[in-house]
Amino acid sequence: MSASGSQQGMTPAPKPEQQSPWAEAEGRLSRVLRELGQTSWLVTVLAVVVALVVGAVLILAANRDVQASLSYFFAQPTGFLETSFQVLREAYSSLFRGAVFDWQAPSAARSIRPLTETMVYSVPLILAGLGIAIGFRSGMLNIGGQGQIILGATSAGFLGYALSMPVGLHVLLALAGGILGGAIWGGIAGVLKARTGANEVIVTIMLNNIAIYLLAWLLQQEWYKQTGSNQPLSSSVDESAQLFSLLGSGFRLHAGFLIAILATLGVWWLLERSTLGFEFRAIGENPEAARTAGINVPKATALVLVIAGGLAGLGGAAHVLGTEYRLAGGVAGTLGFDAITVALLGRSKPLGTFLAGLLLGGLRAGGVLMQAQTGTPIDIVLVLQAVIVLMIAAPPLVRAIFFLPHADGRPRIRTRRSRRTAKGAAPTGSTTERELQTSGAPSAGSRSTGPSGTQASGTGPNDTQPPSTTTQEPGK
Amino acid sequence: MKLELRGVTKRFGSFTANDRISLTVEPGEIHALLGENGAGKSTLMNTIYGLYSPDEGEILLDDQGVSFNGPGDAVDAGIGMVHQHFMLIPVFTVTESVALGYEPTRAAGIMDMAQARAKVLEISARFGFDVDPDARIEDLPVGAQQRVEIIKALSRDAKVLILDEPTAVLTPQETDELITIMGQLRDSGTSIVFITHKLREVRAVADRITVIRRGAVVGETSPQSTETELAGLMVGREVNLTTAKEPADPGEVCFEVRGLTVLNSADKVVVDHVDFQMRRGEILVIAGVDGNGQSELAQTVLGLRTPVAGSILLDDKDLAPLSVKQRLAAGLGFVPEDRSTDGVIGAFTITENYVLDMYDRPPYAGGPGNVALRLPVMREAAQTQAERFDVRMGGVDDPISTLSGGNQQKVVLAREMSRDLRLFVASQPTRGLDVGSIEFVHRTIIEERDKGTPCLIVSTELDEALNLADRIAVMYRGRIVGIVPASTSRDVLGLMMAGVPADEAQAQAATHHTVLAEADEQAEAEENK
Repeated sequence: MSASGSQQGMTPAPKPEQQSPWAEAEGRLSRVLRELGQTSWLVTVLAVVVALVVGAVLILAANRDVQASLSYFFAQPTGFLETSFQVLREAYSSLFRGAVFDWQAPSAARSIRPLTETMVYSVPLILAGLGIAIGFRSGMLNIGGQGQIILGATSAGFLGYALSMPVGLHVLLALAGGILGGAIWGGIAGVLKARTGANEVIVTIMLNNIAIYLLAWLLQQEWYKQTGSNQPLSSSVDESAQLFSLLGSGFRLHAGFLIAILATLGVWWLLERSTLGFEFRAIGENPEAARTAGINVPKATALVLVIAGGLAGLGGAAHVLGTEYRLAGGVAGTLGFDAITVALLGRSKPLGTFLAGLLLGGLRAGGVLMQAQTGTPIDIVLVLQAVIVLMIAAPPLVRAIFFLPHADGRPRIRTRRSRRTAKGAAPTGSTTERELQTSGAPSAGSRSTGPSGTQASGTGPNDTQPPSTTTQEPGK
Repeated sequence: MKLELRGVTKRFGSFTANDRISLTVEPGEIHALLGENGAGKSTLMNTIYGLYSPDEGEILLDDQGVSFNGPGDAVDAGIGMVHQHFMLIPVFTVTESVALGYEPTRAAGIMDMAQARAKVLEISARFGFDVDPDARIEDLPVGAQQRVEIIKALSRDAKVLILDEPTAVLTPQETDELITIMGQLRDSGTSIVFITHKLREVRAVADRITVIRRGAVVGETSPQSTETELAGLMVGREVNLTTAKEPADPGEVCFEVRGLTVLNSADKVVVDHVDFQMRRGEILVIAGVDGNGQSELAQTVLGLRTPVAGSILLDDKDLAPLSVKQRLAAGLGFVPEDRSTDGVIGAFTITENYVLDMYDRPPYAGGPGNVALRLPVMREAAQTQAERFDVRMGGVDDPISTLSGGNQQKVVLAREMSRDLRLFVASQPTRGLDVGSIEFVHRTIIEERDKGTPCLIVSTELDEALNLADRIAVMYRGRIVGIVPASTSRDVLGLMMAGVPADEAQAQAATHHTVLAEADEQAEAEENK
């Protein structure tokens, strides 16, 4: 009889609600982003080391003298080694002299000029990189840095030469215009994602192309470029709208670098100390929990891209108002994509992004001297960047190369201690395996290692894996 | 077939999931493996089934040492496993599902469906399984899907059958049928390993019981042990299985749901014209088998879903125009069903999780427009509440993912109960928790009730419903079958969970007892002696 009751009454299996493949891909994407943000500093540094080694191999392979010495390698192996060493030393030392300090320069001012050049190159990288980093922290892969920079540059530049205004006001207005241009460009992707769920990767890539052609079109319109010539080149930014020089003539370093410092501090405050940043991080780490806690996820999503776009736009504005002064079709170069490298290398932390921006700026500045003095193509710098990204995107690769322990994040040295702590800390009775597995590992030391001091969450090496994968009984 | 484990140890990194486990399952024996969530039961079974290889120790079948390189080897050796989450393909028929993986073929590799079908019918008839070989899996009720899994194992001549938490998804009546099936299998000589954390079932069906705790065997006992003894063994200290509570003192009606209808994303009705009222200071448990609309009901109350019809009134105010944030601010406390997805953010610190739905208002936020987080205030509040709720942790700045499930849930409760509540809603508040934490959660909810807050609890565990509720509403296919007092018997509730209306269920239950209910009565009689 009970059988009859249950026969008629049994329920169909609870089916999980259907997820679109997009949603699934998004989930995977945000997981990847989270893990990227949590790569340890060690991996970052090692990635740079690997890149320099790969670069070294390429420099050698491309060098005539080395090739020549190889031909009599068996007769005189030391010749090959000596030549190689010589070539590498020259290449990398000229890279350093071009980026930081030139001890062969005729004057003291000239010898520190490379460092200021590095800073100049780094300004747009840092600003746009901060925008990308905010996106990463909020679970969004903003590939649209390029378009946002272009829009920022387009607006700021136009305001810079089309208006004539008093000195201080003009530059501020032009900068604000740059921010607005980038923010609108980012905001389009943000609103589309928030309203319709459109994938921000695809939308921002498309917007990049639109921005490139928009600028190309504008540079053919006389009302826009105001030059009176047929060249696709705009008029020059008024002096009143230029970012003032920090070190006087002879140096290109301008106030944009101060803006980059302020922006770094501002982004740090936004992410770590503001309620809005709390929302951003929450939707980046776990949008479901954020929604349950009452956070307006679509609104926050749109805001993330508005702010990210604004920062990239500011980067574009600083580039035009401080360095380029004129708009040309290629004004943004590859800044938007390099900014992604910067954010990745900086582990999506403001200070990290700042330092990574300096590093890439340094490679740019040094690459110029390296090419001039040793004939090593500046393209090597691109290879270095690419290898760095590759290594950071694939931490297991770096770990394999350097025989580091596996990625539940516990560095090998700490393993023994953490096991002991785990056992010691385990309260009797109510300890589940998960607790045993994870407690102790995220010791205070490992959490505070970030020199930036900016990490408030999710940065302990222990977090590399989402909790679900450390669940006690794998295999289900 | 006799299954024997000798000193089986399995480690994951520095963590020992199974520590020198030895046990013997005699032929024709139902051997229960009892342990809390995370005690290492499933790891052990996956080791036996060839999914893991043990780091130490050996597995013997009929005194012959064996080693498996994968489930295929285990199946060939006569081991069958029915996973907690069925491994079935929804669009396949029963025959196809059973044949999957060892398809019988005729000449030229053509599948012999007739032979497969005959096999299903033969096994089905032998044990009196009422399964249609041509039915599609997705059309079958959960209990029948489980029988398909069992047929699948038996069709490969399983002599040792592992059932991993088989009753988790069943109604009491379906559980009863499963118990009958297990009895038949035992009598035909199959050894059964029955994995569970439910004490009543163990006592009703097992011939022998092995209790494991934190990866190690802590005792072997007979089903004659009382539930309290078993629980003590399982947890490692004395436990109270029922939480003492005063009778409810319900006040005025303050929460009302009227004609609520909710669709899921596939436009299927999941909550169907639900009406109920709640008074201050009472606990109403929504019972029912998982997937009958309870979760959606709770989500709709919070505002995560928009109903297509009906209204939700809190203190005579319609909640419809309010956002989730506004509802929380209006005094709604909400504990979501899936803690790790919806309740906490694993990478956030304990402090951040503690303020997860209060971060943007004083005292946790300050400055113009509450733009700035006040970290010291947040940290101090989290510290105080963590102590009050006895959260075992390193410090409030540790990521919450370092805590056990029970302690994470305490943080969630601390967060939701730190406000002045007008209504408390909790979905599966003790799912996946250890016995100690369950006690704590129940006690906390009852305290909240005694403060006068109406508490709406969704639970699929009948034990929890009976333990906690002042009234029980049973949901079935989106509808409320009936609202009954907490003193209602398990049998009646079980029938209601299968859709039988309350009075009819009363009548049916009066003439028929389930195995479990009988075991209960027996136990009560013994304890009264």
